[in-house]
Amino acid sequence: MMSSAVISGFVLGALAPWLTRAVGARVHWLLAVLPAALFAYFAQFLPVIAAGESVRVASEWVPGLDVALSFYLDGLSLIFALLITGIGTFIVLYTGGYLHGHQQLGRFFLYLLSFMGSMLGLVLADNVITLFVFWELTSITSFLLIGFNHTAPRSRRAALQALVVTGGGGLALLAGLLIMASVAGTSELSEILSNPEVLTSSALYVPMTILVLLGAFSKSAQFPLHFWLPNAMEAPTPVSAYLHSSTMVKAGVYLLARMSPGLGGTELWFYALVIFGAATMLVGGFLAMRQSDLKLVLAYTTVAALGTLTMLIGLGGEYAFKAMALFLITHAFYKGGLFMVAGSIDHGTGTRDALSLGGLARPMPATFAVAVLLGLSMAGIVPFVGFIAKEVMYEATLHIGATALILVTAAAVLGNAFNVVAAGIVGLRPFLSAHKPTPHHPHEAPPSMLIGPIVLAALGVICGVGFPLTSEFVAAPVMASLNGLPVAEQAAGLYLWHGIKPPLILSIVTLALGALGFAFWPQMRAGIAAILKAIGWGPDRGYDQAVSGLERLAYAATRVQQTGYLRHYLMATFVVVAAFMLATLFAVGGLPTQFRVPTVYLTEVIALALLIGGAVVATIVYSRVAAVAAIGVVGYAVALLFLVFSAPDLAFTQFMVETLTVVILVLVLMRVPLEVSAFRARAGRLRDAAIAIAVGASISLVLLTTVQGPLDLRLSEYFIENSVPLAHGHNIVNVILVDFRALDTLGEIFVVTIAGLSCFGLVRLALSRRKAARAQLQPAHRTAAAESPGGDA
Amino acid sequence: MESILAIAVGILVACAVFLILARDLIRIMLGVSILSNAANLLIFTSGRVTRDAPPIVPENVAVPEGVIANPLPQALILTAIVIGFSLLAFALVLSYRAFATMRTVDVDAMRLAEPPYPGQQVPSGAAGRQADRDPARLPEVAE
Repeated sequence: MMSSAVISGFVLGALAPWLTRAVGARVHWLLAVLPAALFAYFAQFLPVIAAGESVRVASEWVPGLDVALSFYLDGLSLIFALLITGIGTFIVLYTGGYLHGHQQLGRFFLYLLSFMGSMLGLVLADNVITLFVFWELTSITSFLLIGFNHTAPRSRRAALQALVVTGGGGLALLAGLLIMASVAGTSELSEILSNPEVLTSSALYVPMTILVLLGAFSKSAQFPLHFWLPNAMEAPTPVSAYLHSSTMVKAGVYLLARMSPGLGGTELWFYALVIFGAATMLVGGFLAMRQSDLKLVLAYTTVAALGTLTMLIGLGGEYAFKAMALFLITHAFYKGGLFMVAGSIDHGTGTRDALSLGGLARPMPATFAVAVLLGLSMAGIVPFVGFIAKEVMYEATLHIGATALILVTAAAVLGNAFNVVAAGIVGLRPFLSAHKPTPHHPHEAPPSMLIGPIVLAALGVICGVGFPLTSEFVAAPVMASLNGLPVAEQAAGLYLWHGIKPPLILSIVTLALGALGFAFWPQMRAGIAAILKAIGWGPDRGYDQAVSGLERLAYAATRVQQTGYLRHYLMATFVVVAAFMLATLFAVGGLPTQFRVPTVYLTEVIALALLIGGAVVATIVYSRVAAVAAIGVVGYAVALLFLVFSAPDLAFTQFMVETLTVVILVLVLMRVPLEVSAFRARAGRLRDAAIAIAVGASISLVLLTTVQGPLDLRLSEYFIENSVPLAHGHNIVNVILVDFRALDTLGEIFVVTIAGLSCFGLVRLALSRRKAARAQLQPAHRTAAAESPGGDA
Repeated sequence: MESILAIAVGILVACAVFLILARDLIRIMLGVSILSNAANLLIFTSGRVTRDAPPIVPENVAVPEGVIANPLPQALILTAIVIGFSLLAFALVLSYRAFATMRTVDVDAMRLAEPPYPGQQVPSGAAGRQADRDPARLPEVAE
């Protein structure tokens, strides 16, 4: 059933283009049924999981590689599954309004629903390979969605950049997961993580953790790999609201949380997550203040939120894990909602630049109300769940009990203050102040675009006011996944009112800082812009430099390796052949140890003299005619050698073939220039001679060594003994060719036939072209053609 | 005897490699021809050579008595000779076609498959071009 839940997204996605054509503009109400049904399906597990149980289903996929289609449902994966399907429902509805009448709406739904299936598979997967496959699928569907406006170069660049960064991280993750699986001896995460000592005490702990962190950090846009996420805002707003705030970018956070019981608890884990998380939180918040595009403000605060979540997972302990669970859902609610609000503003007015928006409260009252509610949750005001999340977060930073306490707490206060300012910029500023003219006359969003933000804003209140339920169904189960202890033992209690204690004081400081920042936002924005301009370089530029550097390197390497000169390729081949043969001979000690001078008869001396003489003459002579004659001499000398050394069949064949070779050579020579000046330079000749001598010497040495050793004659003896009894033939060579190895000979005949046909084809082609050319030239060259009839052959 | 043949094979290979590294297409073909003879001799030598004892079973005898030449390398070489000849014949005709199309036998100037890089100086092919022959006997340039 759980596998069908995962796969259903892909199935409906494949049908979506067709359904969109068939149903028309209201198709989103139909398509939203699936995510809603999946939400209901997963919601029924809430009591089960809250009671401390977990669900695991598995079916075979590639048993030979220990890859199973296994899914595991616990607190963490259940909350993620509910977020994916729940927000997914509203995103599908929102898309129907936002992309109303778009030509490629069906294609968009295909990508979106496929993404939903991939993301569900990712958070439910128990097998590491299954996890990786779905991980990559989310990267690919994200690539397709960012590049949805494929006619815009910026979209294409952003899509490719996201794919390169997250895909590269995915490769690191794969390596990390495989190391983990081999250390633990199983591919199932639930088993791997139940034995943390095996992982942390392994010698491979550090590399595997770093690789997994690389995967998670690239996916969750941790500084300095954060740059792809703001660029991904090129995607249509539903994508930003769904993938790049509430779900896909949290896949890295999910992975960290999932690995926390297995890999966590070490210094490496603590420092890596806290340092990178805190840095991302501050950099994200800081850069958000620079933006005025509503979507970019939200994008950078998303980066900051991902940093916060990473930091909380790294901090560890009951408070940090509780804060992580709460902040996870809080952020998904308000960020998903605010993105939809930003999209509605864009949709209603034609711009989403905060500086040119104002006074929208009157024309867009419903959107305004929702935006205020979402903004209050983001700012962390009582009684929203965002407030509780922030309180618990401060509780966590105050409980570190180390020298880092002040630093981390200060970072958290500053990060949350940035959040307050951003909430004001998106949730308040466009609606208040004086009305400003916009490209469209502002109009309220349609119901399909309002329902999502309304429900998400309401959830922010409900989860805050109904905090005992939040504690029981969200905080405790997620904490259990993070620390690996039973659900019943979690200290997951939540309160709206703590009394006047340090967290509350920090909250007040945060709000005050935020209010101050909001009041002076234009000045702050100009200041940050000046600082960034002074720095002048960022990871986004670095990405471009890295890509163009890679291209230059590839180009330079190709120019060196592939010069386009045949001689260079051959030279490389010969040098490698000689070097490897000589190196092997010297290294393995296979050099010939003795040289016996044999008795040589006169006929053999003559044959050898012809052989070597012919070859040398062919090599050094300038005249081609002489060279061809010398080649003939070499061939006949080989035939003579065959004859004196008891190989009459070879000798006869060689005589015939050599004669034919010379005939064909002469035929070709008749047509190519005889006087050729395409010579190598002297230096080139010397170099080539050195290479030639090296290759020749290595062949001689190998052969001398070979003939010194024993010879295995078993096969030859078999043929000699069985030639007459089995094949009734007295010429053993012939029997081998036509009886014992008849199929080889058949293959040889095929080769000869094909070569002959190809030659014939090439010659015919040449003749027909020539005739056609002659026919065209006929009037002008009549006399010339008549005087030289021997041109054809 | 094998040691002498081994050295002869080495000399043949050296000559062949030197020719194959030439700029002139026809000399490359000559090198291929020598290389294929050298390869045959190499197989022949590594199977050991025997004088005056062809691998033939006399009439009315099932198994030959005494030493005879090793038949296995001979069977291999017989195939190799024919294949080598086919290769050479095809390569020669192809060379002729290449010349007919590009009108040069200078392989450095044959850059149809791998066009020159920007800024790369490539020979014009004039060095491998006919200078003193009757133009009417030349094959026409294919387009």
